[in-house]
Amino acid sequence: MADVELPETPLLDELEKGPWPSFIKEIKRAAIEQEKAMKAGKKIKLPGAAKGLLKVLELAYEEKRTHWKHGGIVSVIGYGGGVIGRYCDLEDKVPEVWHFHTMRINMPAGWFYQTKALRAICDAWEKWGSGLTNFHGSTGDIILLGTRTEYLQPMTNALAYLDKLYGSPAPFDIGGSGSDLRTPSACMGPALCEFACYDTLKACYEFTMRYQNELHRPMWPYKFKIKCSGCPNDCVAAKARSDFAIIGTWKDEIQIDQEAVREYAKVIDIEKQVVKKCPTGAISWDGKELKIDNRECIRCMHCINVMPKALKPGKERGATILIGGKAPFVDGAIIGWVAVPFIPADELIEKCCEMLEAIWEWWDEEGKFRERVGELIWRKGMDEFLKVIGQKADVRMVYAPRNNPFIFWRELQE
Amino acid sequence: MVAQEVEKEPEETVEVKTDFGPPHYEIMLHPIIKKNYGKWKYHEVVRPGVIKRVAESGDVLYVVRFGSPRLLSIYTVRDICDIADKYSDGYLRFTSRNNVEFFLTDPDKIEPLIKEVQEKLGFPCGGTWDATKGEYGLTNIVHTQGWVHCHTPATDASGIVKSVMDELYDYFTDHKLPALCRISLACCANMCGAVHASDISMVGVHRKIPRIDDDAVRRTCEIPSTVAACPTGALKPDMKRKTVILDKDKCMYCGNCYTMCPGMPIFNPENDGVAILVGGKISDARYPPQLSKVVVPWLPNNPPRWPEVVQTVKKILETWATHAEKYERIAEWVHRIGWERFFELTGLEFTEKLIDDYKRTPYIYASYRASAAFRW
Repeated sequence: MADVELPETPLLDELEKGPWPSFIKEIKRAAIEQEKAMKAGKKIKLPGAAKGLLKVLELAYEEKRTHWKHGGIVSVIGYGGGVIGRYCDLEDKVPEVWHFHTMRINMPAGWFYQTKALRAICDAWEKWGSGLTNFHGSTGDIILLGTRTEYLQPMTNALAYLDKLYGSPAPFDIGGSGSDLRTPSACMGPALCEFACYDTLKACYEFTMRYQNELHRPMWPYKFKIKCSGCPNDCVAAKARSDFAIIGTWKDEIQIDQEAVREYAKVIDIEKQVVKKCPTGAISWDGKELKIDNRECIRCMHCINVMPKALKPGKERGATILIGGKAPFVDGAIIGWVAVPFIPADELIEKCCEMLEAIWEWWDEEGKFRERVGELIWRKGMDEFLKVIGQKADVRMVYAPRNNPFIFWRELQE
Repeated sequence: MVAQEVEKEPEETVEVKTDFGPPHYEIMLHPIIKKNYGKWKYHEVVRPGVIKRVAESGDVLYVVRFGSPRLLSIYTVRDICDIADKYSDGYLRFTSRNNVEFFLTDPDKIEPLIKEVQEKLGFPCGGTWDATKGEYGLTNIVHTQGWVHCHTPATDASGIVKSVMDELYDYFTDHKLPALCRISLACCANMCGAVHASDISMVGVHRKIPRIDDDAVRRTCEIPSTVAACPTGALKPDMKRKTVILDKDKCMYCGNCYTMCPGMPIFNPENDGVAILVGGKISDARYPPQLSKVVVPWLPNNPPRWPEVVQTVKKILETWATHAEKYERIAEWVHRIGWERFFELTGLEFTEKLIDDYKRTPYIYASYRASAAFRW
């Protein structure tokens, strides 16, 4: 079999050097192996796409600019989101990637996989797409990078029947994009982590299933993200990256195994690494016993992170809801702030759903075009937002009370 | 021959199915994980990249982590699957920062796995930390699409990430840092990579106003939504001419208008570049969550390897690593030593460009609590 010829890419070739795994090697590998597979008789609809990407990317590196254009409307039957239309402005020079649409595929909660499922996705994408993926995109979805408009529906069908057609243990559905509910995501939670204060995977799956319509059909002022972190370490960055962040926490006393603390004392400096680092000075250690003043503890996780064998979150577990987290557009970057200080774990999913539905109704009614929910709250006031979610003000929602007396006494006006 | 041409693929004849959702996570869980779900007792770090997880039942699982380039060909994904079939009973996981993890029950297989992954895939084992000892590795960089696939980037993403990680490779494979350090990259201010709360972040920035092509605006743009996209009110509709007018003194080149309207391209090869931010933090541990702060307003786009960006990131990381105490992330370190010392020690220049004059972020936000750290 003749070797596959690749375009000359002197600038990109520089990125094959060095110890870190190279994305250029990946693009080249897709170009070579997909062509080989086609020559060997495999059904491949879009040969040359990865090769086309190499050409476009080399040109981008030469000219220091992108060659991708706005998407226009591409979609699959029944859905408004999940497919990002992308065209190249070099259609005459590199027709193989004139269309190069992205598909977002809803990952299993926590990003756990059976290889059978991944192989099936690979087989379908080898046939209908560029053979290039992201594991994973910034939203958490599996990203299938680059196919033509006419292959979007067959690829979607391939995923919908991935079990029957490709031997996957389950079919896969499309994720969110545009002004809709984006694919919810979760940390590994109770699947692998002893810190999880609620079942992040279950919550994530429940929200995803209950809100399929909201996820697949953009109808809101802008995007809305839900992320589930099992503890305040926040491994999925929910506080910064989601409009509705669910952060596991607890209310009662940290569980202590004194024997295990004494074991740690043989290998670490508890005074220096734990006691002195406690932000509220709530811990003391006399060489035999570790004492935590739980009224002073703010549940920041530091001591538990350092001594996971000896310390555990308390037994009265649940979650804090933070609202409004987002990137800079339009009003500036926001880390979500406290909307509900604590919801017990056993009520969490139902309470969140009630709140989500109330928030969406309000935001849909009041929100301006491209106004995220956090920005709407700034415009309308926390006082109105708290009414929407049926929540009383709590001092835990702020670092400090306001520093001006310019209060809107709306209830006293006509 | 004709018959062959019209023959349809199975994917073209099946009935369209919608809204059935992702696979249930349970079927994707390794049997040991499924058995011990919610019943993990503790974990300890065996070596960089390998975390031993012990369940209440006494079961032990070794989770072995490798860095990936995120952009993967399906052929590499198949190789990953082969390795998971051989070592990990056909199960694996990806982390929130583009690492891939295998699950081992036999500790004797750890070294052969690491060797095989290094040989076949070239993925380094690492990206972990040992909080008990206070010794931290650098994990993978979260990033966006850049010139590989995005229509509005001010810089590339994967190329810079590759160049930075080549330079910081040993920090990934070893535990040489005093605390967590999350590095992120977004190729424009839209920040799909959410770099606004990372210890060190790189963000693509424009520095020249968009070029309004009236004809293209008329053909391709919805004027009210384009005007609404401008955070500073620099855009006004020109209803008579069916286009927009830009007040160039109000524009801060964010590019949000271009995401809405292809008729006003803003990219500019010589003036686009990368800003560097530091001191963002998300976890509640010790110190409340913080937004990242700009410490370098612009560095040039210098492909293929962006030496100015790479060296600046490295300088910040190593200055911090040299001077910080155990567990002190960049935000906490700066809080202790002060920004005066930060600029002095890193040798970065503080200029008027680093003083905030973006008037939109409400003052009220400063008092909202961005943390789940409460007294009860």
